[in-house]
Amino acid sequence: MHAVGNPVPAPAGGKPGRSGDGSRSGAASHRGAPGPLQTAAVKGKLGDLLFFNLTRAFAVLTLLLLVGIVVSLIWSAWPSITTFGLGFLTSAEWNPPAERFGALVPMYGTVVTSLIALLIALPISFGIALFLTELSPTWLRRPLGIAIELLAGIPSIVYGIWGLLVFAPIFGEHVQPVIAQTLGQLPAIGAFFRGPAIGIGILAAGIILAIMIIPFITSVMRDVFELTPPMLKESCYGLGGTTWEVVWNVVLPYTRVGVIGGVMLGLGRALGETMAVTFVIGNASLLANFSLFMPGNSITSALANEFAEATPGLYTGALVELGLILFVITFIVLALSKVLLHTLDREKAGKT
Amino acid sequence: MMPVEHSVQNLVPEISIRHLNFYYGNAIALKNINLDIFKGKVTAFIGPSGCGKSTLLRAINRMYDLYPGQRAEGELLIDGQNILAGGVDTIALRAKVGMVFQKPTPFPMSIYDNIAFGVKMHEKLSRTQMDDRVEWALTKAALWGEVKDKLKSPGTGLSGGQQQRLCIARGVAVKPHVLLLDEPTSALDPISTMRIEELIHELKTEFTIAIVTHNMQQAARVSDFTAYMYLGELVEFGRTDDVFIKPRDKRTEDYITGRMG
Repeated sequence: MHAVGNPVPAPAGGKPGRSGDGSRSGAASHRGAPGPLQTAAVKGKLGDLLFFNLTRAFAVLTLLLLVGIVVSLIWSAWPSITTFGLGFLTSAEWNPPAERFGALVPMYGTVVTSLIALLIALPISFGIALFLTELSPTWLRRPLGIAIELLAGIPSIVYGIWGLLVFAPIFGEHVQPVIAQTLGQLPAIGAFFRGPAIGIGILAAGIILAIMIIPFITSVMRDVFELTPPMLKESCYGLGGTTWEVVWNVVLPYTRVGVIGGVMLGLGRALGETMAVTFVIGNASLLANFSLFMPGNSITSALANEFAEATPGLYTGALVELGLILFVITFIVLALSKVLLHTLDREKAGKT
Repeated sequence: MMPVEHSVQNLVPEISIRHLNFYYGNAIALKNINLDIFKGKVTAFIGPSGCGKSTLLRAINRMYDLYPGQRAEGELLIDGQNILAGGVDTIALRAKVGMVFQKPTPFPMSIYDNIAFGVKMHEKLSRTQMDDRVEWALTKAALWGEVKDKLKSPGTGLSGGQQQRLCIARGVAVKPHVLLLDEPTSALDPISTMRIEELIHELKTEFTIAIVTHNMQQAARVSDFTAYMYLGELVEFGRTDDVFIKPRDKRTEDYITGRMG
């Protein structure tokens, strides 16, 4: 009857409410209550205290790790920070033999490829999530959902190889010339779409990144869309709303926090992606013009390509500083998303 | 089943339901329903949970279309058109048949936009016309006085009872012929419930109302006709006074006297 290790040799009812046999053995045995009850309370308190401190230790550990990483990044980047100062951010020169370094090219590459990725991935992901939650026949929902999840599971290096060997040649031969003849002829944005159609380059990297982050944004969007109460959607359908009106005016506003979270998750992944970008971006530390057809470099590819051969001192310091900048960019993206959410909330409340 | 004497008081059916069967997949939920919902009257649907009264309501505006596997057979005539047939414009149908749900479901937008939103989907109105329509709908729903100074604040900030009246206003604003109320007061306190019931009295001068309710006193208070449903069948349908005072069917009597359900 008794649990093993129960220190009180009283009847089973001596610890009411603590286990199943308490209720079975009847009211007669309640007299021995105070002792075991107190022990149980003390035990519970100790357990709570232990649990609290353990979880707090984990939380603090995260914080310490973060601080540690930042400090060590700054420490390692110090030679470069002191030598180049703020000029590091504005210089497009990357000259290891002369030990003159600037972060502009890889920064530009990182930000622009990620923006291209987001620009392409956002509407497509929204469309897929919309189809999956609202329009798709039931039999198609599961296979399609699984396919999206599988797409998210493909290792980035596979995307890289595929991008270099399969995508880039096709892109360069068939797609880029068309873009150059259409978008490239436009007055203002035309400058972005001119130049040699060689496949690899910033645009190709952005497109590969888009393909990589689509499953992330899609699955987050699908999950939050499914959280919309059916009754709320039915209310809109009940007024004679079309699927588009329901999604655009009810589902999207209702789930916007989750949607923005998903988009930021995708953007964060695009900013930090290394292997796939390294394969297709071209790895040229040049910034001749703003054409997206030109090969470029991203922070992550610069690090991946050059760390092995970097000489200690200024070169390594410059690379670490690049890492630090990526860290800051990611932080800014995160902060911006919080500000965006906050503004949206205030806009909503501010109409009072 | 039990024909109601149409001739008296020249009742005009707004909705005629003939031999309606409804299925959830293979399970039958409504069996051979025949009844008329009369123009300008309040028809209450009562019966124990799972008897099919909400299902019947959701057939009238084809809400079940959203869910694969649900289907209806038979005829459901509105203005002489069988709306269960293929090729029916469900968007136009739902503009004609408004619905209010168990819980208030204000859209995540301002009070004004909650009302204007539905109207915009069907009509092009100028700004002043829209302002007038919003005021008209909110007045109809007895909410104008309480919200006229905060039309730009979010609809979700209102109390439960106000939210439900907002939802009624939203439905009314589209100028439907029929309002379907699916247990509209089940999530509300007694005072809010009373206000909604008063509102139903007001609204029936302009709209045909079908209300599903668990509350028999409510059915007795607000409706002109009552349908008692049990296990997917229409057991009894008639004038509310008749159904409550001298029910013809033993099952109805058991239910309204509280011996079952």
